[in-house]
Amino acid sequence: MLKLDLDSNLVSRARAAATKISSDFDWLFNGYSSVTIERTVLRLMGIDGATEDGKPLPNLLVDQLQTAGALHKGAAIWVANAMHHRSCSAQEVADSVTRGELQLTALPLAEPGVLYDLLSALSEKMLGQIKAQKAQREGYFEKYGPRRKPAIYVIVATGNIYEDLTQARAAAREGADIIAVIRSTAQSLLDYVPYGATLVGFGGTYATQENFRIMRTGLDEVSEELGRYISLTNYASGLCMPEIAAMGALERLDLMLNDAMYGILFRDINPKRTLLDQYFARMINAFAGIEIQTGEDNYLTTSDAIEKAYTVTASQLLNESFALKSGVKPEKMGLGHAYEIDPEKENSFTYELAHAMLTRQLFPDAPVKYMPPTKFASGNIYKTHLMDAMFNFVGQLTGQGVQLLGMMTEAIHTPHLVDRSLAIENAEYIFRAVKDLGDSLQLSPDSFINRRANSVLQEATEFLEKVAAEGMFSAMAAGDFAEIKRPENGGKGLDGVFERDPDYFNPFMEQMKKELGL
Amino acid sequence: MKHIVKPYGDTLNDGKVQLSFALPVLTDAHGKEAARVLILSMGFDEAEITCMRDLGEGFTHFIAYASTSASVDTSKIKVKVVETPVMEMEETDLYIAEHLGREITIVGACIESDAHTVGIDAIMNMKGYNHRFGLERYQSFNAVNMGAQVASEDLLAKARELNADVILVSQVVTQKNIHIQNLTRLIELAEAEGLRDKMLFICGGPRISHELAIELGYDAGFGTGTYSTDVASYIAITLSKKQAK
Repeated sequence: MLKLDLDSNLVSRARAAATKISSDFDWLFNGYSSVTIERTVLRLMGIDGATEDGKPLPNLLVDQLQTAGALHKGAAIWVANAMHHRSCSAQEVADSVTRGELQLTALPLAEPGVLYDLLSALSEKMLGQIKAQKAQREGYFEKYGPRRKPAIYVIVATGNIYEDLTQARAAAREGADIIAVIRSTAQSLLDYVPYGATLVGFGGTYATQENFRIMRTGLDEVSEELGRYISLTNYASGLCMPEIAAMGALERLDLMLNDAMYGILFRDINPKRTLLDQYFARMINAFAGIEIQTGEDNYLTTSDAIEKAYTVTASQLLNESFALKSGVKPEKMGLGHAYEIDPEKENSFTYELAHAMLTRQLFPDAPVKYMPPTKFASGNIYKTHLMDAMFNFVGQLTGQGVQLLGMMTEAIHTPHLVDRSLAIENAEYIFRAVKDLGDSLQLSPDSFINRRANSVLQEATEFLEKVAAEGMFSAMAAGDFAEIKRPENGGKGLDGVFERDPDYFNPFMEQMKKELGL
Repeated sequence: MKHIVKPYGDTLNDGKVQLSFALPVLTDAHGKEAARVLILSMGFDEAEITCMRDLGEGFTHFIAYASTSASVDTSKIKVKVVETPVMEMEETDLYIAEHLGREITIVGACIESDAHTVGIDAIMNMKGYNHRFGLERYQSFNAVNMGAQVASEDLLAKARELNADVILVSQVVTQKNIHIQNLTRLIELAEAEGLRDKMLFICGGPRISHELAIELGYDAGFGTGTYSTDVASYIAITLSKKQAK
């Protein structure tokens, strides 16, 4: 059996440091909220739709409350108050605001008990819908059997949701287990979620609730036809993290890209905003039984993959510890890593094997997500195809949870139908060819792979201990993460973060915390 | 002198080419013949479908070999390429000290909707790419990397504020020719603001050639396989020559 001999003392030290770092943020999680968290609450209350010029109604309402200086109590109270006064639904309240007929703060606030009762009934109902989606997913897996390991994950990214669906169905028939609809570039920096079905995007397709619905419905059909449940994933990241998580929960997405720090480091989103948003977004994911996936591959595409291998390990441990705070179970943590070492480097495969085994073994219950070569993928599609095969070899040999397939045309364009098909053929061939090989292999105790894995773990431990000592925000401001300086009060979206009043109320967070045992 | 060439398989002038494409047809004899006839209609001879694969949803992948009677006279080919020689980092620093005698300010960004920093980082970041340090590492450059998703207006404002000598733009996403729109927008704004002739405008990305860059109104363009040394040498030599005039 292929297994590393890891220093267990280092493992506990690294986990302890990561726990210390994440527990330093309780003041933020318990004392603050953000505009997107409030918009999420409104969405969960059943408010949907957009104005004629495309402004989503949750944005319209939250903007009205923010302008009136009333958001500190949370959006739920004000909308519940209007529902109580007018004996109408949340959507009807939103429609009145849209028509310019209603100023939410102009109505006198009813007795808190009345509003809490109203919200409690409403949250019970809406969370019931999410639970029903979760039960349906579990039912599918029960009926058709669990997802294979590594699961084959491919992307579609035409910009047109209907074209995406054709490609997704084709991929499912060829063996894909998970379909990711890549988002249109720059959506992460929009402080609203676009509305409706979309036909044009750049480098991807907009994440909208209607697009989620179209794709899920189409994949359910193909799942039933194939007798295999095809999972769907999208991105709960950027400035609308929890809103997209809620949309995904309602439309039964099965996985969500959701990294605690990615937005800060690689999109220059404000650190407080990101951590706050991911806390609630992950709680929704946990409640909905959605598997989260983290973006550690980004550390390697921007830096040297050998030199900075420890940053992947450190980030995985941090993501794990933040996820636990939101109630995500280890078996729903798709922690990320990647095959990004320069192919010109001697023994590059051996290094990759050591790194992949380290991830696998540090998180034995997690469906870890393995990302393909991208940095050294080139216009030479034949060589890229070969690198993808080596990557698939490591994936199967080390038992990764999810294999995000590389495309031979990675460096050229978003995948064509043929590219995706060849990628699936490549993975299926390799997975089959080396299926049980790992059972027959064993590492010698003083092998390079054992030493390398322990030295990466050692570096990660020392890094986490340093960050734990100085605090994560200071470390980020100093550029300790990903060689990028991110000050606590810099970046996009800080103006959407606010301190809660003592009587702030978020009915969904309360209810989910209770049910998740937080 | 004329130099006429044709694709080479294993015999000079056999004209052999490899083709791979999908068609919305069924994976059967009928579909295969459709693919073969399509290849012939492209002007190829001896089309042979060597593989067909069912892609589902009514699509089929064909791999084919064919030969072409077309040829090209390479003596007639003209391409616009960046012609300045390529120097190592130390040489470039020395060259600038000798010929220009001052620091060069470079402002770089991946503009508009494009969120990919990989290109601009490979050229500008201290660390560089594949054993070549980035522009930030050069002693003679004041290199400012604004990152990705930078509005053209913000890039120009920064260049004006720093009195930049060079604007460096990266474009990675090319779906529906979005990179052409973005690059055109930047150059039009620069012209409107009277900045176009005050600085060097350089663009780069996987789909960018020097020729395309010139066509779009830039001074130079760098495509796949470009390193920081190519860009740095071009900047050093071009600005020195400009000053000498």
